[in-house]
Amino acid sequence: MLELRAITAGYERHAPVVRDFSLTVGPGEVVGLLGPSGCGKSTLARVAALLHRPDSGTLLLDGEPVRHWRHRAARAQRTAFGVVFQQPRLAADPRLRLAHLIAEPLYATGRRSEVPDRVTELASAVGLTPDLLTRRPHEVSDGQLQRACLARALVLRPRWLICDEMTAMLDASTGAALVAVVEAYRSTTGAALLAVGHDRTLLNRWCGRTVHWETSCEVPEAS
Amino acid sequence: MADTAVETEWRSCGTRRRSARTVRVAASVTIVAATVLAVLLVPPLVQLDQQAVDLAAKLQPPSWAHPFGTDDVGRDLLLRCVHGLRVSLLVGVTAALTATVIGTAVGATAGALGGWADRGIMRLIDTFSSVPHLLLGIFVVAMFRPGVWPVVVSVGLTHWLSTARIVRAEVLSLRSRPYIDAALSGGASRLRIAVRHLLPAVLPQAALAAVLMVPHAMWHESALSFLGLGLPSHLASLGNLIQNARGSLLAGQWWPTLFPGLFLIVPTLAVAGLAGAWRERINPRRRSELML
Repeated sequence: MLELRAITAGYERHAPVVRDFSLTVGPGEVVGLLGPSGCGKSTLARVAALLHRPDSGTLLLDGEPVRHWRHRAARAQRTAFGVVFQQPRLAADPRLRLAHLIAEPLYATGRRSEVPDRVTELASAVGLTPDLLTRRPHEVSDGQLQRACLARALVLRPRWLICDEMTAMLDASTGAALVAVVEAYRSTTGAALLAVGHDRTLLNRWCGRTVHWETSCEVPEAS
Repeated sequence: MADTAVETEWRSCGTRRRSARTVRVAASVTIVAATVLAVLLVPPLVQLDQQAVDLAAKLQPPSWAHPFGTDDVGRDLLLRCVHGLRVSLLVGVTAALTATVIGTAVGATAGALGGWADRGIMRLIDTFSSVPHLLLGIFVVAMFRPGVWPVVVSVGLTHWLSTARIVRAEVLSLRSRPYIDAALSGGASRLRIAVRHLLPAVLPQAALAAVLMVPHAMWHESALSFLGLGLPSHLASLGNLIQNARGSLLAGQWWPTLFPGLFLIVPTLAVAGLAGAWRERINPRRRSELML
C-alpha cells in the first residue's frame, strides 16, 4: 500500500509544482496518472519513489509514514521501488556497459553473486541480445537503452514500479514490448504500478484506474 | 541525433579555422615532445658538466661553441637551460599533481555533500582566494629550509582553489541528473555514488586542470626562485638562471636572460595550446568557464 496524502512539492518554497495532491496505490494495483506536460507529474513520481523530499504532506508505505528521502532513506525502502525514467540517455551512467548498468543495483547492495544469473535472465526478458550487453549507452538506440533501464529497475524485484513516461520517447512497438515486460513482471510478483504519462489511450488500456490531473492542476498565473 | 548535427556544423563552419587549429596542435605536440625528450635524454647522454666553471670564457655571446652563450662564471647556458628545465618541469608536474589531487578531493566533497558542508568549504576557498597566492606561497616556503619540496608544497597548497571550484561546479551539475536518482533508487550509498558515478565523470576536467596547472606551477617556481626564496641558487632551475642573469642584463648582456626566459615561455605556451585543444574536445560549449 502506497499512500500520498496532501503532498505539496517543488523546487522553490514559494512556487511549489505539486499542490496538495493525494493518491493511493493499493497492493498489486495499477494506477495511471494522466496530465499535461509541466504540471508536476514527474515531481510527484519522484516524491513517491523517495527521490524528492516534499515541502509538506505525508507519504505512507504500508501505513508507516516516511521520514527520510534520497540517501537518508533506509536502503530497504529505497530499493522497494523500481523507477523507470522518461529519458534513458539521462537515466543511464554514460560510462557503464549495459550489463553493468543492469547489475549496478546488485553491486550497490552487495549481491554480487547473483549478477550473472539475473543479468542473463532480465536481458532475455526485456529483449536485449548478449552482444548489446557489452556496449555503452552511446552505442545503442534509445529503445535498447530504455529496455536496459527497465531491466535495472526490475533487478532488485521491487514491490512498487514507478514508470515516469516510460514509453514517451519510444516507437509504438518498443513501447508495447516494454509494457508487456512490466505486465509479465507484475503477474509473477504482484507488484503495484504507478504509471505516469500523457498518453490517454495507453494509460486507459494499461491501468485499472486512471487519475486525471487536470482537475487538480493549477496553472500558475503570470506575475 | 543532436550529436551528429553538432558534428556536421563544426565541419562545415570553415575549413580554414580547422586547419589553423590543426597547425597549432601539431606545433604544440612537437614542442612538448622535444622538451620532454631533451629533459629526459640530454642530461644522461651528454657527458658535460653543467657546473663546469671557465672564468676565461665568461659572459661570451652566443657562438658555435656555446650556442646560448655563457654566464658570468663561464658555464655553458644551453646545458644549464636544459638542466634548469628539467628541475622546473619536475617541480611543475609534481606541484600540479598535488594541487589537482587536493582540489578534486575538496571540490568533489563539497559538491557531493552539499548544504552546510558545501557552503563552509566554499567560504574557505573564498578566504584563500582573497590572499594573493604568490604571497601565500612565499609564506609557506619561508617556513622550510630551501629546496625542491618546499616549493612543490607551496605551489601545491596554493593552487588547488580553481580546480576545487571547477570540480564542485561539475559535481553539482551531475548530481541532479536522473542517473544519480536511479543509482539512489538502486540502493547505492552516497560514497558509492561519489566514487562510482561522480568522480569518473569529473576526471577529464580534473586532468585538464592538472595539465593547465603545469606551466602555471613552473612560473611560480621561477617567481619564487627569482625572489631568492625558491630553490637553492646552485641548482639550475629556470628561475635561478633568470635571477643570476639580472646583473648582466643591466650591463648589456642579454643572452643569460633571454634563453632561460624562452625556455620557460615556449614549452608553457605549447602545453597551453594542447590543453586548449583538449578542452575544446571534451567540452566545446564551456570554453570560457575553464580559464585558469
